[in-house]
Amino acid sequence: MKDAAQTLIDTEDEVMLRDAARGFLAEASPVSALRANRDAGRAHDPALWADMAQMGWTGVLVPETAGGADMGHRAAGILAEEMGRVLAASPFLSSAVIAATVLRQAGPAAQGALQTIAAGRATYALALDEGPKFAPAATAMQAERQGNTFRLTGTKAFVADGTTASRVLVLARTSGAAGDPEGLTLFDLDASLAGLDRQALSTIDSRDHARLVFDAVAVTGDDIIGDLDNGLVALRPGLQAGQAALAAELTGLAGGAAAITLGYLKERKQFDRTIGSFQALQHRAAHLWSEIEVTASAIANAGRVLDNAPDDAALAVSLAKARAAQTAKLAVSEAVQMHGGIGMTDAYDIGFFIKRARVGAEWLGDYGYHAAVIGAARGI
Amino acid sequence: MSDATEALAAFRADISAWIKDNCPASLLGRAFNENSIVWGGRKWSFANDDQRIWLERAVKRGLTAPRWPVEFGGGGLSRAQEKIFREEMTAAGAPPPLQSFGLWMLGPALLEFGNDAQKAEHLPKITRGEIRWCQGYSEPGAGSDLANVQTRAEDMGDHWLVSGQKIWTSYADQADWIFALVRTDRDAPKHKGISFMLMDMDTPGITTRPIRLISGKSPFCETFFDNVKVPKEQLVGELNRGWDIAKYLLTHEREMIGGGGQGLLGARSVAQIIAMQEGELLADPVLRAEAMQTEVDTLAFGLTMERYKDQAEAGRGVGNASAMLKYYGTELNKRRYELMMATAGSDGLEWDGAHGGLAPEWLRTKANSIEGGTSEVMLDIIAKRVLEMPGQ
Repeated sequence: MKDAAQTLIDTEDEVMLRDAARGFLAEASPVSALRANRDAGRAHDPALWADMAQMGWTGVLVPETAGGADMGHRAAGILAEEMGRVLAASPFLSSAVIAATVLRQAGPAAQGALQTIAAGRATYALALDEGPKFAPAATAMQAERQGNTFRLTGTKAFVADGTTASRVLVLARTSGAAGDPEGLTLFDLDASLAGLDRQALSTIDSRDHARLVFDAVAVTGDDIIGDLDNGLVALRPGLQAGQAALAAELTGLAGGAAAITLGYLKERKQFDRTIGSFQALQHRAAHLWSEIEVTASAIANAGRVLDNAPDDAALAVSLAKARAAQTAKLAVSEAVQMHGGIGMTDAYDIGFFIKRARVGAEWLGDYGYHAAVIGAARGI
Repeated sequence: MSDATEALAAFRADISAWIKDNCPASLLGRAFNENSIVWGGRKWSFANDDQRIWLERAVKRGLTAPRWPVEFGGGGLSRAQEKIFREEMTAAGAPPPLQSFGLWMLGPALLEFGNDAQKAEHLPKITRGEIRWCQGYSEPGAGSDLANVQTRAEDMGDHWLVSGQKIWTSYADQADWIFALVRTDRDAPKHKGISFMLMDMDTPGITTRPIRLISGKSPFCETFFDNVKVPKEQLVGELNRGWDIAKYLLTHEREMIGGGGQGLLGARSVAQIIAMQEGELLADPVLRAEAMQTEVDTLAFGLTMERYKDQAEAGRGVGNASAMLKYYGTELNKRRYELMMATAGSDGLEWDGAHGGLAPEWLRTKANSIEGGTSEVMLDIIAKRVLEMPGQ
């Protein structure tokens, strides 16, 4: 028989990880925790993050030599999926997935940074998008060079975890013009540097998103990750890891919304019948379940490919993100409709799912972006 | 590399060399369609000698039924080996040496429910392509409600006497034997009075005639049974428990139809058609977006087939989730063919035009979500058995 880590089903370790994560999150971070965070004006709960560090989740992609658990991308996807089910808010994707993946490619110099991520002491944000759509090559922000110093000037429009992160990965232009995939450089800098203004955005998902305005923020050549003018290459593994994990989160979210909805269909009575006995609703629920099943395969595959053949992961990752964005959209739309009026009320949890699904669909590339990647790869 | 990985790599090298050495060159890389299928059977004539040579060589190595036990003419391969075999067949452009309902359906049923004599009698003839089987399930009054079959088998002491009518019996006019659902107890609840019976199509009293479909000629037939005498030993499994076998086989059939397996759904890809139109239609943004969406869903569905197979291999059955594969796969296939017809434009409108038989294939796809259980029945199964939603 094949080694389970080569298949699309969970290994024994992964089954245990999933069970443990589901159990922990149900206790520590039910959807009501997101509501509490929102009502308290807090993007996420630092105590939850500390617990995640304790369990090794913050170091899921950090090598053991830097204090990480090094469980791999499939495991990171399973954690993200479970977080998605209950809408657990944390800097997990920005820090433990994207930044950790970028930094572990950066050689011995990044060892210290990886240690702080695994320990949960530092959290990262990725400052990339300058417009309303994901388009790394369109980066225009200037990094003006004077000797070994670079001065960053410009605005990053939509930065997840941007107000709470202690460090920021910034993609800026050191040569070429906007639209050129070359000439970009990736910097790792302290979020409290002079000249960096972090403006919180009040986004629909009640999480930490910020606009980062850079006014001649001074960094040095030592802060460069990867090579000068080749920042997109240094960033790509992190982006792919983040896209795959975000896709997993969205799929978990879809599953969570579908489970709540199914529970409601089995309980709510109208016309003297449980509404779940109506075939019109049964077929919609069954179709939704089918879509989630199909997407779950793309999620498992993306994790496996990132673990086993990371240099060849573009198609698998885009497939996961494209499918997940659509499936989450379907799940939350169906959830609201099948709940009826109560689904529209703030007091009921389903609204949180629809909001996070919309944000997750946009971040790191929407359906159209990733479908186009697949189309290009498949001769369409 | 682990020992297991090494062994599989060796197997791949071996089987790949075997395919190159044994599949006649004239068969390699040919477009795969209904006309290139080898079905076998008493009435079969090969389109060319190379097809016969290829079948004989594959039979010798047990590769017409790669996973069946060697004693019945199978190859005794593991699932991992079978997957490698299929991959190498695809890579070499080699066609399946034999396809048949015996391989896909009756064989698995006999392996699970048949007695030793039945296995020894029928399985080797299936693997060698000597006997061609057809399936007698649906009746005029038993479509989606399959358990309503009324074809009667009366116990006459030393034989069964079968009377009734079957419909949608694919290739019944070409087949040598039929496996059928017959009613053996008219007083029991309808699921509990059905038995699974094997009959030689040459038995006096069996007649069959083809049904023409919107796609032109079709493999479907009506088959009539008029006081047909059937030996007692041709009942498979327990008396009145045929529904269990039917359900088991329907699961197989659904996975097969849903998965586009065995060429039932057609092997064309959207990219192929686009390439044939020399990229001209790629300029249509609506069609292009639709093509990308279809490709996204097709890739994800392919991975789902793979994941379910992995699950089955790990000893956890797929069960009622096969209804999802059937539902999703057939609906997706209909979408693909709509898209291909739109891409082909007026070149696709002739019965046999620039794209070969694209139009009849497209018409034929409309049956995919009806045969083997309609999409609506599949959604019912998912709702009731997977999601455990309440009954009416």
